[in-house]
Amino acid sequence: MEKTAGKRTVHSSQRQGAAKFLALPLIIWLAVFVIVPLFLVCCYGFTAEGADGTLHFSFENFARFTEPIYVKIMVRSLKIALISTVICLVLGYPAAYIMSRSSSKIRTLIILLILMPMWMNFMLRIHAWLTLLENGGLINTLLAAMGLEKVEFLGSEGAVVLGMVYNFLPFMIMSIYMVLLKLDNSLLEAAYDLGATPVQRFIKIIIPFSVPGILSGISMVFVPSVTTFAISQYFSNGTVRLIGDTIEKQFGAANNWNFGAAISIVVMVIVMLSMFAINKVDDGDIGERKMII
Amino acid sequence: MTNTIKKTIAAILVLSTLLCVCACSASDDKTVRVYNWGDYIDDTVIAQFEDETGYKVIYEKFDTNETMYAKIANGNTNYDVLVPSDYMIQRLIAEDMLQKIDFANVPNFANVGDDYKGISYDPNDEYSVPYMWGTLGILYNKTMVDEEVDSWEMLWNEKYKERIFMLDSSRDSICAALSLLGYSINTTDEKELAEAKQKLIDQIPLVGGYLVDDIKDKMIGGEGALCIAWAGDAEYCMSQNKDLEYIIPKEGSNIFFDSMCIPKTAKNKAGAEAFINFMCKPEISAKNAEYIGYSTPIPAARELMGEKGQSKAAYPDVSKYELEIFSDAGDANRLYDQIWTEVLASIDN
Repeated sequence: MEKTAGKRTVHSSQRQGAAKFLALPLIIWLAVFVIVPLFLVCCYGFTAEGADGTLHFSFENFARFTEPIYVKIMVRSLKIALISTVICLVLGYPAAYIMSRSSSKIRTLIILLILMPMWMNFMLRIHAWLTLLENGGLINTLLAAMGLEKVEFLGSEGAVVLGMVYNFLPFMIMSIYMVLLKLDNSLLEAAYDLGATPVQRFIKIIIPFSVPGILSGISMVFVPSVTTFAISQYFSNGTVRLIGDTIEKQFGAANNWNFGAAISIVVMVIVMLSMFAINKVDDGDIGERKMII
Repeated sequence: MTNTIKKTIAAILVLSTLLCVCACSASDDKTVRVYNWGDYIDDTVIAQFEDETGYKVIYEKFDTNETMYAKIANGNTNYDVLVPSDYMIQRLIAEDMLQKIDFANVPNFANVGDDYKGISYDPNDEYSVPYMWGTLGILYNKTMVDEEVDSWEMLWNEKYKERIFMLDSSRDSICAALSLLGYSINTTDEKELAEAKQKLIDQIPLVGGYLVDDIKDKMIGGEGALCIAWAGDAEYCMSQNKDLEYIIPKEGSNIFFDSMCIPKTAKNKAGAEAFINFMCKPEISAKNAEYIGYSTPIPAARELMGEKGQSKAAYPDVSKYELEIFSDAGDANRLYDQIWTEVLASIDN
């Protein structure tokens, strides 16, 4: 007995050593590709180019960001991301619930249908949508053929929301589904035995149980929605400017990396704060699982 | 045993990551890296060049001069051939980012017409060889616009609300506003530029989109009534949709020259010169011009193109219009960039 225990200790410490070693590539990877870039972003954000071309420490990029036009863009980005997240939740929750309750065959089929588009390239999917929605696109050609009036789909905030919901909905569904899958049926049976109505069971058991899934779904949708630029550019013909577009422009055509970096830092802080707020909801007895931002 | 395997796997992972990094930066004398505008070449020409010379071409695209500049100025790029426009070439020369071309290796430079040699941005023809040229103007759909289009004012016409498309390119869109206001398109006067900026901000509610290459689809598809366009793009759109027409506004506009040059950071100068030389062959230039719609600076190529070489949009009588070439704004470059950033940021749906 003792011998076995001793052996086990040696074994597990050996394992730990190996684990440490195996973690090394990841640590190097994170250091080189996460920490160093983050440091560089800060370097750019807190410096500005003087008249003579030299760099000096400065808050002027952040000061520029407080100008009304940029604040407006930030607010608009948060608003659109929030709307998209709520729609994803409203659409995604029932889908996830139905999936978790269906037979494994149907479940596999639904998962396949949800995930299959994601095997395709992101830009390709956007262009497929454009082909559908354009004024001369498939839907409008069909409408026109039926003698109906054409609908202007693209070029509005609504179109951008549509693009975001389409692209990020699978993240919401899968997050909630993974949690609901673990729901022990005996809990529901017990509630039933104790006389709970279906509505009561849903509100008192299923929803609280799925909170961690909802929260991780929210962050999986909200964070990319705040920062995306491709979706807004294509679905709005460049007429709905989000903070992601503004950042991208600074690193591209406008060639002002310092300002771009400063905006990125502000966005990062805002996202972190909102994630922190969401995490606050998550503590207490339901949330054994900590959120991953 | 398992430990050794794990160690080996870990080592392989690390090594392969390192190898990837090395492999990406490796280059040899047989590769030519070209950085050109999007939709700006007949792809078969590249294959032809590869077949005839044995070089392998790595071809990348940009959408505006400013995007290209940002990449070249900040990144560790190793392109061998760039195709920027006039004012950007002037800027690259001023900032010492281009190297002189050895014209002994570009004998086909002799094919270039005299009108396209010795232009202000490269007065002694040392750094650049013209690839294509064109004008900036208005492309419009005759079935949607029933009045005469001859002025930039049309892009500010309320009747065509959300049917007007603008180029997401700072110099070009600001040029339209400056011309309309009667100022030089090369002004560095802050007051004049502020007025142009206000003009562009006033225009926002009328604009259906700020795009670059995608404008062509909007115009061909009949979605846009009017747009600001480069003559070559207009020529292409007109070939796809007969309702479209291109004009150069009476207030004047921009004439541009996109020329091939070799950056200081090039790894394969000989390959770059071979590529430039190849592009100056009349039959090759004709093939490109026919395919993309832009105007060739090589008279012999134009002759090969027959009717297409006589197009009014691509080959206007330049003496009839007030055409100005963009010059590098120097210190005002930041101002131009900032104005465009703020115009786009002011878009509020």
